[in-house]
Amino acid sequence: MESIDIPSIVLGGLAYGMLLFIVSVGLSVTMGLMGFVNLAHGAFAMIGGYVVVTLMGGLGANFFLALLAAFVLVALVSVVFERLLYAPLYRADELSQVLLTIGLVFMMIATVTFFWGTEPKTIRLPSYLAGPMDLGFTSFPAYRIFMIGVGAAMIVALWLGFERTTIGAQIRAAVDNRRMAQSLGINVDRLFTMTFALGSGLAAMGGGLGIEIIGLNPQYALNYLVFFLIVVAVGGLGSIRGTFLAALVIGMFDFAGKRLYPEAGAFFIYAITIAVLLWRPQGLFGRR
Amino acid sequence: MRISRLVAAAAVAAMFSAGAAYAKTVKVGIVLPYTGGGADFAKQIEKGMKLYLSQNKDKLGGHEVELVTRDSKRPGGDIAKVAVQELITREKVDILGGFVYSPNAMSVAPLVTEAKVPMVIMNAGTSFIPAMSPYYARVSFTMWQSGYHMGKYAAEKLGYKTAMAGFTNYPPGKDSAAAFKRGFEDAGGKVQELIPMGGPREVPDFTPFFQKVKDAKPNALYMFVPAGSHASAVVKTYNDLGMRGAGIALIGPGDITQDTKLQGMGDGAQGLVTVHHYSADYDTPENKAFVKAWKAAYGADSTPDFMGVQGYDGMAAIVDVINKLNGEIDADKAMDILKGWKFASPRGPIMIDPQTRDIVQNEYVHKVTKQGDRLMIEVVATIPQVKDPCKELKVGKCK
Repeated sequence: MESIDIPSIVLGGLAYGMLLFIVSVGLSVTMGLMGFVNLAHGAFAMIGGYVVVTLMGGLGANFFLALLAAFVLVALVSVVFERLLYAPLYRADELSQVLLTIGLVFMMIATVTFFWGTEPKTIRLPSYLAGPMDLGFTSFPAYRIFMIGVGAAMIVALWLGFERTTIGAQIRAAVDNRRMAQSLGINVDRLFTMTFALGSGLAAMGGGLGIEIIGLNPQYALNYLVFFLIVVAVGGLGSIRGTFLAALVIGMFDFAGKRLYPEAGAFFIYAITIAVLLWRPQGLFGRR
Repeated sequence: MRISRLVAAAAVAAMFSAGAAYAKTVKVGIVLPYTGGGADFAKQIEKGMKLYLSQNKDKLGGHEVELVTRDSKRPGGDIAKVAVQELITREKVDILGGFVYSPNAMSVAPLVTEAKVPMVIMNAGTSFIPAMSPYYARVSFTMWQSGYHMGKYAAEKLGYKTAMAGFTNYPPGKDSAAAFKRGFEDAGGKVQELIPMGGPREVPDFTPFFQKVKDAKPNALYMFVPAGSHASAVVKTYNDLGMRGAGIALIGPGDITQDTKLQGMGDGAQGLVTVHHYSADYDTPENKAFVKAWKAAYGADSTPDFMGVQGYDGMAAIVDVINKLNGEIDADKAMDILKGWKFASPRGPIMIDPQTRDIVQNEYVHKVTKQGDRLMIEVVATIPQVKDPCKELKVGKCK
């Protein structure tokens, strides 16, 4: 009988779940808040990844600075996109939104291919993040332990931001009842732009953080979109708690499933999605 | 007098037949994944083909080659089938070439047989493919050539007793893992498990799969993944999990140490042992000239890998057919030329087996070493003129 290293399964699932969370949380908030079907979200993550690759490869920048730069740059670019392209379609039907954003995905794939080529990109991590780390009870890749830390820090920061600040309260109010929020004098338009920028910036950071785990090439924007959408659907639109929980559950199931029953492959991620959505069609923490 | 007049007439006739008036344009339909995850492979093969063409214009006997390219995008087979249908019916191509993914080469077999178009396969390595149409000839490799011999070498020379095999779950992956198992067990080893590890389209997180291997502690892990980003992820995960320290060697076909990806893998790739048919680091006059010409044409940063050499050799075969048939492509005559075709390739001497229309070539045992700050492929053993073991041993669909 083969031995099964339980702690490594838990750690692996957590790390993968955290990655899903970091990339998907922005999508959840923007879809929940604005009701906008933003299929280009994965493309923002991809652009973030390429910013990190370029800064680290060409300019030899520090990994953390590169991540920060990806966040800022993509957040800024996304504001331009939001004002010029997204805003006019806020009241349009979902099909128009889907067509716009999927079109953007194709354009971004082509742009990325033009500038960076089709070959997959890799980064060289700082040496203390590469290789295994001995935790006493098991040894596990240092980078994944770092991912778990980053994800945990991010959920705390987001939770504080949304639950304990005025802007957070305004965003929650706008998600719950946009008209009422507006009539209370909340500038929902500006709120939209800010949340959109935040969501895109987070995606960009996730893109950079994920290079080491899921790679980066121009197809990224489409290949992983399904997983981001699954996380959002299972978690419930607009709920940070829900996205977090969904990302962890899906990450865990996926990792444990592949570890224990590799033949079943990617089946687990879909099984858990179907099960949750049958039970709660609005997602774990979704309203409506 | 009469004789000299005859000679003059013959000379004039010869001038016409070889000259512009009778020069033919041979249309070669090329099906490659120009976009999508395999775009990198398409570029390598195309660069290889074009390099050969630019060096060997004189071998065309005054005829022209027109490449009609189509994008096969992904490994599913559906898009390639539509592309080939169009190339045959609308473009009326004389010869087909390319084909990176096995499922694509498989899906077009009925069309190619029906329309009688000779097809030169420049990658797709699932072993039984050439048997699917009498008009297929393969210049690339078969999964069994590397997999079987990696298995034998691992058990005989590296002294491994137990192994596990991981593979990307599509036809060439299954083929390669089965080949390794057969070779390893023929030489007295024991393969504990064959583990499918995700699909070809996107790179999976290899950690859970490798964790399973790590817990089982075999002497070696044989990995087949498509070359490219899958391979980089395999080497990374192997190092991150500290599997080398746990006494598990990573071995595989050369896809995991592809020339164009090797430097990006970092020092963790050092010491990997693979069996393959080509590396740009081979120290032979043919290869040195090839790499030099490649860099002259495509820049000092560009490196040919096995895909590039397969494109080069594939075009060599096509040009030879055009030359010998003087531009008039007849499918059966073309196949007669391809059967037993020999070429001094940059990878070493190659031949197309007249019986199976499959490649016969040397397989090389590679070891990754470091010279200065550059990772190098060192050849530690050569297995000369390997015929596809799958057909030799009559395994499964290769019967």
